[in-house]
Amino acid sequence: MKLKKILPQLLTLLFIILVFGFFTMNAQENMGARGLEFGFGFLKTQASFDIQFSLIDYDGSHTYARAYLVGLLNTLLVAFIGIILATLLGAVVGVARLSPNYLIRKTASFYIEFFRNIPLLLQIFFWYFAALRALPMLEDAPMLLNSSFMTIKGLYAPAPIWTNFDVFFTTIIAAMIIIFFFVRYAKKKQEQEGKRLPVFFISLAIFIFLPLLTFLIGGVDLSWSYPVIRQMSQSSYTFDGGLKIPPELIALTLALTLYTATFIAENVRAGIQGIGKGQKEAAASIGLTPNQVLKLVIMPQALRIIIPPTTNQYLNLTKNSSLAAAIAYPDLVLVFAGTAMMQTGRAIEIVGITMATYLTISLCISLLMNWYNKRIAIQEK
Amino acid sequence: MFKYVKQLTSLVAMVAVLFAFTTETMAAKKSKTLKNTMKKGFVRCGVSQGLPGFSNADAAGNWTGVDVDVCRAVAAAVLGDANKVKFTPLSAKERFTALTSGEIDILSRNTTWTLSRDADLGVTFVGVNFYDGQGFMVRKDSGITSTSQFKNGISACTNIGTTTELNMRDFFNSKGISYEPVAFEKADEVVAAYDSGRCDTYTTDKSGLAAQRTKMTNPDDHLVLPETISKEPLGPVVRQGDAVWEDIVRWSLNVMIEAEEYGISSTNADAMKVSENPAIKRLVGTEGELGSYLGLDQDWSLRIIKQVGNYGESYKRNIADTGILPDRGPNNIWTKGGLLYTPPAR
Repeated sequence: MKLKKILPQLLTLLFIILVFGFFTMNAQENMGARGLEFGFGFLKTQASFDIQFSLIDYDGSHTYARAYLVGLLNTLLVAFIGIILATLLGAVVGVARLSPNYLIRKTASFYIEFFRNIPLLLQIFFWYFAALRALPMLEDAPMLLNSSFMTIKGLYAPAPIWTNFDVFFTTIIAAMIIIFFFVRYAKKKQEQEGKRLPVFFISLAIFIFLPLLTFLIGGVDLSWSYPVIRQMSQSSYTFDGGLKIPPELIALTLALTLYTATFIAENVRAGIQGIGKGQKEAAASIGLTPNQVLKLVIMPQALRIIIPPTTNQYLNLTKNSSLAAAIAYPDLVLVFAGTAMMQTGRAIEIVGITMATYLTISLCISLLMNWYNKRIAIQEK
Repeated sequence: MFKYVKQLTSLVAMVAVLFAFTTETMAAKKSKTLKNTMKKGFVRCGVSQGLPGFSNADAAGNWTGVDVDVCRAVAAAVLGDANKVKFTPLSAKERFTALTSGEIDILSRNTTWTLSRDADLGVTFVGVNFYDGQGFMVRKDSGITSTSQFKNGISACTNIGTTTELNMRDFFNSKGISYEPVAFEKADEVVAAYDSGRCDTYTTDKSGLAAQRTKMTNPDDHLVLPETISKEPLGPVVRQGDAVWEDIVRWSLNVMIEAEEYGISSTNADAMKVSENPAIKRLVGTEGELGSYLGLDQDWSLRIIKQVGNYGESYKRNIADTGILPDRGPNNIWTKGGLLYTPPAR
């Protein structure tokens, strides 16, 4: 009886092992026949190529492992910014889609239908090359906010120069911990005494004033390095100093955000429309303000519908960021599965590492979103 | 009577075994790749995704170029028809994997011969069919006429997955110039980005610069700087481990070069059969048995010359007449001041 239950599973497992074993042996045999060795030793050798944009210290004298890290961080950066912007834009457009105002409603649906139905790669090319054609050369760029320049070679902005940044950073963490305990205290107080504290404003005050205090007593200081234009030849210029954001990153973020936000907007709309009309009416009838109705009654229920499909969109955005290779944004695929693979010839190892990396990122996002989903799910008491 | 029959059969069997053994060694000598190629009836050749002069397909899908001609020469030698080639366009990234995995049998795709590639990738370079070097292209209105005028902060557009990225770093590092590398996956995007002004310079092999310049909005607005910052010997590549096939590809290329050296062309090859010069007679197949060493017939080299032409004809047709690089420079026969020098075909 027990065997009958286990046997099919055992056979399946055996089958999977055999299939994997066959492919591994086959690959090993073929590589051996061509004098290729399998191994990850190449990661420790010098990369010898430079990367345009890096969040950590890197140049060609570093190792392939370091180059991998640069690519990974660049992928995470564009995914992180993209997810935040797409969520904000998606939420706004999703609500706008249900607006009683005809113009707003129609604009929102036009935007969704337009951007969701054009292939993403085409949009990336469009934003990149359209931007390159439309943006001014460095010498013609107008100054924005008295400090920044939007040019064909990217956005040049003032870069912050910190003294004692660690003190400032520690204070921010401390402020966040204080706020956490304060919110718990306020909640308890409301439950016990029915008294409501202005939680939001007090939290905000703590978050702003505590770090600011370090400027006065902690020896923290902040100054700015401004970009200054310099002529390189008769017709070409560059900026010295300041912070440079390459146009590839801007175009990629823009394209990913605009594309993914359409799907998130539809999720938000579905979530709100999925809540029965009676909920809203009942909430209003017990005297809640319209704001409270949205915050306490509608949104908590709508989120349960919105979160799972939105998780999919976050995963899509992260995976789609690999299209960066087309427009020279040095992400994981371009740097590692592109240049590094070419220079070392370690196709199997590098594709393996790259696949494992994307899988890990995706699983982490999934895990995080599932945790959040569980938190907002109906708590049965 | 019966006894003799038995003896006879054992004798026949012995002879048969012996015969089978000899044919087996002959076949083994022919090499697996050669056998497969003959069975399939076409040569599988990996080329670029479109580089004028080297490997480029026209609207009808006909491939032309000096790299293409190497594969055509092998097809003419092995199969008797220079048109029996199946071309596979490959990106720089895919090329070696396609070769080692057995998807193609010759990689003839403006590929630089380097030690690490030759020794570490499971491939073998068989020769050089174009001596190139990396250069820079700039806009004429920049007033730059030499790389010595490059300044800190210059941005340079290029392709990923090539020796270009490495040379560029060596060059700028040795000059102590800080630069911004902007590396794209495909050449078309590099050209578009440089053309729009994203980069101050475009760097790749000089032949490539000359070819891509024709794709710019205004080709005359751009200038290829005179400096060459690297050695880029481009040549055909084969898989490691098939020495006979390696020899066939190597000597197909060598025949084209040596034919030019001795003045044998597609138009006069038949007339050369009566030449007094033994070197010429060997190339047109009237003396010696060179083909048999490669597992080929006597006329293999004659077919290459008649169907594809000598190296000079190929260069003129693909690179000079198309206006890419009218001056042959190092890609001339050694007797005319170039670098093309082959071991003798004898």
